[in-house]
Amino acid sequence: MATKVHMEALSPTMEEGQLVQWLKSEGDDIANGDILAEIETDKATMELVARGDGVLRKIFLDAGGTAPVGSVIGVIAAADEDISGIEGVDGGGASAAPVEAPTPEAAAAAPAPVAAAPVAPPAPAAPAQSEGGRVKASPLARRLAEEAGVDLARIAGSGPGGRVVKRDVEAAKEAGVAMPSAPSWTMDGAEYEDVPTSQMRKTIAKRLVTSIGPVPTFYLTMDVDMSRVMEARKSINAMLERDGGKISINDIVLKATAAALRQHPNCNAQWHDGFIRRFNAVHIGVAVAVEDGLITPIVRNAEMKGIVQIGAEVKELAGRAREKKLMPEEYTGATFSVSNLGMFGIHEFTAIINPPEAGILAVGGIEDTAVVVDGQVAVRPRMKITMSCDHRVIDGAQGSRFLQTLKGMLEEPTAIVL
Amino acid sequence: MAVITYREALNQALREEMERDPDVFLIGEEVAEYDGAYKVSKGLLAEFGDQRVVDSPISELGFTGLGVGAAMAGLRPVVEFMTFNFAFLAIDQVINSAAKMHYMSEGQFSMPLVFRGPTGAALQLSAQHSQACETYYSHAPGCKVVTPGTPADAKGLLKAAIRDNDPVAFMEGETLYNLKGEVPEDDDFIIPLGVADLKREGGDVSIITHGKMIHVALQAAAKLEKDGIEADVLDLRTIRPLDMDAILATVKKTNRAVYLEEGWPYAGTGAQIVSMIQEEAFDDLDAPLLRVTQADIPMPYAKNLESLAKPSAGHVIEAVKKVLYR
Repeated sequence: MATKVHMEALSPTMEEGQLVQWLKSEGDDIANGDILAEIETDKATMELVARGDGVLRKIFLDAGGTAPVGSVIGVIAAADEDISGIEGVDGGGASAAPVEAPTPEAAAAAPAPVAAAPVAPPAPAAPAQSEGGRVKASPLARRLAEEAGVDLARIAGSGPGGRVVKRDVEAAKEAGVAMPSAPSWTMDGAEYEDVPTSQMRKTIAKRLVTSIGPVPTFYLTMDVDMSRVMEARKSINAMLERDGGKISINDIVLKATAAALRQHPNCNAQWHDGFIRRFNAVHIGVAVAVEDGLITPIVRNAEMKGIVQIGAEVKELAGRAREKKLMPEEYTGATFSVSNLGMFGIHEFTAIINPPEAGILAVGGIEDTAVVVDGQVAVRPRMKITMSCDHRVIDGAQGSRFLQTLKGMLEEPTAIVL
Repeated sequence: MAVITYREALNQALREEMERDPDVFLIGEEVAEYDGAYKVSKGLLAEFGDQRVVDSPISELGFTGLGVGAAMAGLRPVVEFMTFNFAFLAIDQVINSAAKMHYMSEGQFSMPLVFRGPTGAALQLSAQHSQACETYYSHAPGCKVVTPGTPADAKGLLKAAIRDNDPVAFMEGETLYNLKGEVPEDDDFIIPLGVADLKREGGDVSIITHGKMIHVALQAAAKLEKDGIEADVLDLRTIRPLDMDAILATVKKTNRAVYLEEGWPYAGTGAQIVSMIQEEAFDDLDAPLLRVTQADIPMPYAKNLESLAKPSAGHVIEAVKKVLYR
């Protein structure tokens, strides 16, 4: 008699759990009560114990993957028992884990987001995405999704094995209208360009990795005069006052970063084995401190959004981040990140790159500083920005040019709209 | 319209066609003096005489060959098999002679010949007498295969089969002979071969079937209705030629289908049809096509085992819920 291994509710409020690691492998003998795996709940990392004897025949959820409570994540059965009829959650998250880390600092223990669905009909609803990125969907569902312009990978399948079927596409279509917070964002070919890695780049990558670790990082710092940004913020906020709206300096920094990245696609890029992926769209991960760590929700297509919209999105995402209510696709897939510790009185710092992104900008606080302007000492609000660059992707000169552009935009904000 | 039995409907068809065309004659075991093993030929001997209603010896291969020869000579024989279970003895004449004659003679001979009789299981007739044989005949190009499930279809299709210039295996149901139904009284009531009939209109799922299984399908559909599931029940009526347009129409409407047949699954009629559906309507499918068939075993004699081996409304409901992801 086969025993299904379920994602158990290991905390009173747990709705889904992330598989930190399996302590048993497929093929291992299991006795009732053995610790099978470590599960990260919304509160802590807990042990999942076996509820039956036999052999761990099947693992459905790889380390790093997330599954809703109650879903089947493994099977314990006799060695020769037919378990083909048992369907588990489709949560092979292993391949995604190393590259989809949600926060720079937490990269080592990165949760592998199973790109969860904006709409989840009942049932264990992990999206039907397998390792190769193939989505299980009925032929009709594929056709309907294409006609409706819905990305199948973002739909939770309610059919067997997570197959996306007609009703799932229809539900997604409806929810898409009703859920403005779900960005209609897809990572398709038009969004980026994969540039094959040249021999020189390969050598640079290889040598530097040997020298400094898997992400050979160097840092570039620039001093920015923020007087014009502060003026701009003041006048924008005066205009917004009527509606109760407000933007922050950081919102302007984000907008300027997005605009500058548009001009420097080599900094808006990711390192992949064999190629460098340069993005046309700018998806900025914004580091947000939460109670027990940090998370980087993403402002999608920041280059196309206005400062007010960026500000509103950051506020909304940060709020939900603190409540731990972000959907995985809301914090994975950034093309560049920004971390701002100015509010803590930090003058300048370096941030750690969140692979496979190639850059992150560390933003310090604005401080009144004595500087020389036109031969005279003047007091100006100054801010230090430090960019961490993955040297495999970005060279010193490229990073510097990007920072020059960014500095120019911050010192003359009208340049952002050029 | 008169309400008559399936048996009477067949009898009417034979009588009307024999009256209409003196070349039509009936041959088979006990068709004359005994009025037929299932009384389908009741009264025909008295009406048409022993030149046109001919009792044969118990030699299926022999009298079937005789029918083939008569067709080549220009007559329109109706060869009755007491059951298609016994026609294995004659299948050489059907497949190797009748089905190929037109082709191999380069059209010199047509083969206006009907082989008819019951097929499939009745009740506790055991393995050799409980076989749905239609697949054997539909497998070979050159033979048409008709499986009427209602009295009206039986009459209209038999008349069409007799008037057809190709060999037709006309496969009745032993348990259908007493089935009553409305049948048009028109002498020229013809149902063309190769036209399916939507026996029930639903929209949620397509149950496609043929022969006496339409009644199992309708029973399943009635039960499904109570669960809020509306099923299309498509009766193919003719397995070959096949009404692919009707099949595609219902599948494109419901996006899912279950094929129900009385026979075995392996290389069965359903196997052919689901293959054709996925070829031609792949992008309309929301679920795998499923089949409900007899268990893949010789029919057991034991009553309880026999009823488990036969496809039932319960099996159909199970399959329907599966393709509806319920």
